[in-house]
Amino acid sequence: MDFFNHIINGLGLGSIYALVALGYTMVYGIVKLINFAHGDIIMVGGYMVYLIMVKWGLPIWLAVPASIVICAFTGMLVERVAYRRLLVHNAARISLLITAMGVSIFLQNAFMLIFGTDPKLMPPLFQAEPFKLGSFELASTTVINIVVSVIMMIGLNLLVNKTKIGKAMIATSEDSSAAKLMGINTNRVISFTFAIGSALAAVAALLYCNTYPQIKPSMGNLLGLKAFVAAVFGGIGSIPGAMLGGYLLGVIESLTKAYVSTTLTDAVVFGILIIILLVKPAGILGKNRKEKV
Amino acid sequence: MLNVNGINVYYGAIHALKDVSFHVEEGEIVSLIGANGAGKTTTMHTISGLLSSKTGDITFMGQSISKLEPHRIVKLGLAQVPEGRRVFSNLTVQDNLEMGAYTRPMNDRREIERDLELVFKRFPRLHERRRQLAGTLSGGEQQMLAIGRALMSRPKMLLLDEPSMGLSPILVQEIFNCIQEVNKSGTTILLVEQNAKMALSISHRAYVMETGSIILEGAASELLDNDQVKKAYLGG
Ligand SMILES: Nc1ncnc2c1ncn2[C@@H]1O[C@H](COP(=O)(O)OP(=O)(O)O)[C@@H](O)[C@H]1O
Ligand SMILES: [Mg+2]
Repeated sequence: MDFFNHIINGLGLGSIYALVALGYTMVYGIVKLINFAHGDIIMVGGYMVYLIMVKWGLPIWLAVPASIVICAFTGMLVERVAYRRLLVHNAARISLLITAMGVSIFLQNAFMLIFGTDPKLMPPLFQAEPFKLGSFELASTTVINIVVSVIMMIGLNLLVNKTKIGKAMIATSEDSSAAKLMGINTNRVISFTFAIGSALAAVAALLYCNTYPQIKPSMGNLLGLKAFVAAVFGGIGSIPGAMLGGYLLGVIESLTKAYVSTTLTDAVVFGILIIILLVKPAGILGKNRKEKV
Repeated sequence: MLNVNGINVYYGAIHALKDVSFHVEEGEIVSLIGANGAGKTTTMHTISGLLSSKTGDITFMGQSISKLEPHRIVKLGLAQVPEGRRVFSNLTVQDNLEMGAYTRPMNDRREIERDLELVFKRFPRLHERRRQLAGTLSGGEQQMLAIGRALMSRPKMLLLDEPSMGLSPILVQEIFNCIQEVNKSGTTILLVEQNAKMALSISHRAYVMETGSIILEGAASELLDNDQVKKAYLGG
């Protein structure tokens, strides 16, 4: 039953990737921007929990919603300050990409300045007994990760498919000019998309800190990169694709660690992804989009 | 109702609209005809706020709209059915129609439902397919959806950009009948067409556009008899 255990652990890890991947894919879907600063929102979330719980000694029920709200706000602020003008003036994609990298470097350095470069230890956030199911045992963090990510995704699907603003997101991502002609304030929809993506990243940050209780300013780099790969893997722009990509990436990583090599895990994981993308360039659930006129 | 005054629009170095001026009065159907590339769509996009003019002014019901964002212009009662329909193929027919009512407040729900029924009555085929994704509709159905969607904002004035494009003669007739009905129920219409004969036959007045300028204007019946128009747009 080891194999089954590795799969479940992989899903636990993949839950975090999936939540972060959703932010990449939603923003890409709506403004065709690869928001390289998205990984750093996880870092912001981690430090906010640290600040509120460890530094200020406030309870977790306050730290969790506060860090989610602060991250959502940070995401909106980044869009408003760094990307809005470029988007409105239809700037070249490369300018957007470079701006995104600049925002990422800015955020990391700002947090280094404020909190120092040394890693900070986090207290365990949600404690629970290992979860026993017949003969095998699952770490509580794994179970929490999976349950929370599934709840988030159900919520996101309801938001996108059932609410007015969610449908406006779909409309704007498909054809933003037509959306404007319907009276949709597309800037507001974009802002909202950044907020939701960043809030999901904040939830990912909570799960991450609960699983690996340590934070540092550069923690968003590898996690962000992997989640981005998960989004591309699933089909960038596709919400179900990001979820699937995230979980799959976690499972592949967990199985590689168990059966191939722990030191070469990342190399093997990225290698597999390159091969899959060679076979299916648009990703598993990606569509080959028509370019719009 | 709509006054366009000396607008000049550029795409980078391309001067697409040159000192274009015209007006549409309340209750009219006015058409803007001209060959492909004349600048008709550019004119429509500028009125709706997707493009901006370097000079001049556009007023709608006495208010300047040339600096307003597109969603504010829709809110004032000026809606557009864009060229190529541009329905949201990933949303259902019904959701597309709801997007048309985006600017209307939530507490207008009752009235929105009523307008939805009116669109379904006007286009029964949309009712049959209301739960289908718009991308699965035929060209004619998509055009009906695009018109229905624009009507959902309860516009005082409707801009239509080549609604007959790519449709069979029967469907073209149906769409034009619908435009006339919409006009009779009190909506002012600005119609862009390459199908000049059809457009002139339902219009009160018309403007002829060529390479970014308006070169002729007059009552639709006069233009139908004009030799220059006959030669260039009505096939001799
Ligand atoms: N996005 C664009 N970029 C550059 N030139 C454009 C663009 N859209 C239209 N044009 C040019 O502007 C002119 C007017 O185009 P358009 O308004 O689409 O004409 P019409 O609708 O009458 O066919 C054409 O010469 C066209 O090539
Ligand atoms: Mg055109």
